[in-house]
Amino acid sequence: MKNFENRLTGSIGLGLLVSGWLVATAAQAADAEYQLVIQDHRFVPAELTVPSGKKIKLNIENRDATPEEFESHALNREKVIAGKSAGVIFIGPLTPGRYPFYGEFNQKTAQGVIVAK
Amino acid sequence: MLGTLVIVFREVLEAALLIGIVAAATRSIPGRNRWLAAGLLAGLSGAALVAAFTDVIGSLASGIGQELFNAIVLGIAVLMLAWHNIWMSTHGAELAAGARTVGNDIRDGRRECSILLVVVGLAVLREGSETVLFLYGIAASEGSRASSMLAGGAIGLALGVAVGYTIYAGLLRVPLRWFFTATGVLVLLLAAGLASQAARFLIQADLLPSLAAPLWDTSAILPEASIPGMLLHSLIGYDARPAGMQLVFYAIVLVLISVGMRLANRTNSVSKKIEPQLNIQQKGSAS
Repeated sequence: MKNFENRLTGSIGLGLLVSGWLVATAAQAADAEYQLVIQDHRFVPAELTVPSGKKIKLNIENRDATPEEFESHALNREKVIAGKSAGVIFIGPLTPGRYPFYGEFNQKTAQGVIVAK
Repeated sequence: MLGTLVIVFREVLEAALLIGIVAAATRSIPGRNRWLAAGLLAGLSGAALVAAFTDVIGSLASGIGQELFNAIVLGIAVLMLAWHNIWMSTHGAELAAGARTVGNDIRDGRRECSILLVVVGLAVLREGSETVLFLYGIAASEGSRASSMLAGGAIGLALGVAVGYTIYAGLLRVPLRWFFTATGVLVLLLAAGLASQAARFLIQADLLPSLAAPLWDTSAILPEASIPGMLLHSLIGYDARPAGMQLVFYAIVLVLISVGMRLANRTNSVSKKIEPQLNIQQKGSAS
């Protein structure tokens, strides 16, 4: 069992090393930045056009007092943005197409779409 | 009201299924209920804290604090589930046979219980904090409609707990012969699914490359928002549009835990069978 525990620790250590390297490489790429604002439980702009084939940095600012969850099945992303605060989400690279997203906490009004061209 | 019900149900479901499976898997460990309750309480208080400090957590690490936090919580849960499964593969049979307090196993059993507490606590913390935020938003903004929405939330919560209890009760009906295999496989898949979710958060934070994204798209056949999709997502980590990196994490955790279980199982049975084996060897050399 001891021997086995050592081996387990070894594999975890190796995993951490590999992920550290991945973090270092991933951080180097430059990204296109876009802004998205949440106001009165709506996204502004409701339609955002971005280039395809590029990683996109999405800055989301929630101007409402209540929290909102940015959620998109098409983009496979979800993130809670607290009231009166901002957050960052990275998406893509996307193939050309329409990617709907919504605010899970206020689905009736908070609807939007990212168009990759 | 229906909207609230669905959202709360979805959040609760994931934690409830995990708790149901882990509670079943640890059913023969003495004092398990107390640890389970402690885990629930710790998770709920943690969820309230995380919800209250969402903006602080979110603004850490230049806006990716939430992703890091989620990935760390998921990572710890994966490690704990791995430890649980490996421990169970050496002790499960003894526990089933009723030899609960043999020698060192008391200490081991206690360690296993603290793992149970952490796993349950983290599951409640993660899913609970989002539910708290969501309900807080409703209570703050909906005014007169708030009470009907909160009622929806309560029903969602009850339904989620009911599903969790169903899987728990169902697992207890599995014959003992299959029981540890069944819970072992379920915990293994849970852990792999959580690892895939952790990978997704790290991709979202741009700390990991996505590799092929999406690797496949089955959202037309089995959407994640459907009931079967939700169940499969919580149970085996189903993702309708996974990134390649998520699958890498899934596979690595699946293989590492399986190998760990096999090694632990072998070490255990070798130490028990050492005497009979010696006899066989002696007979062999004599002939």
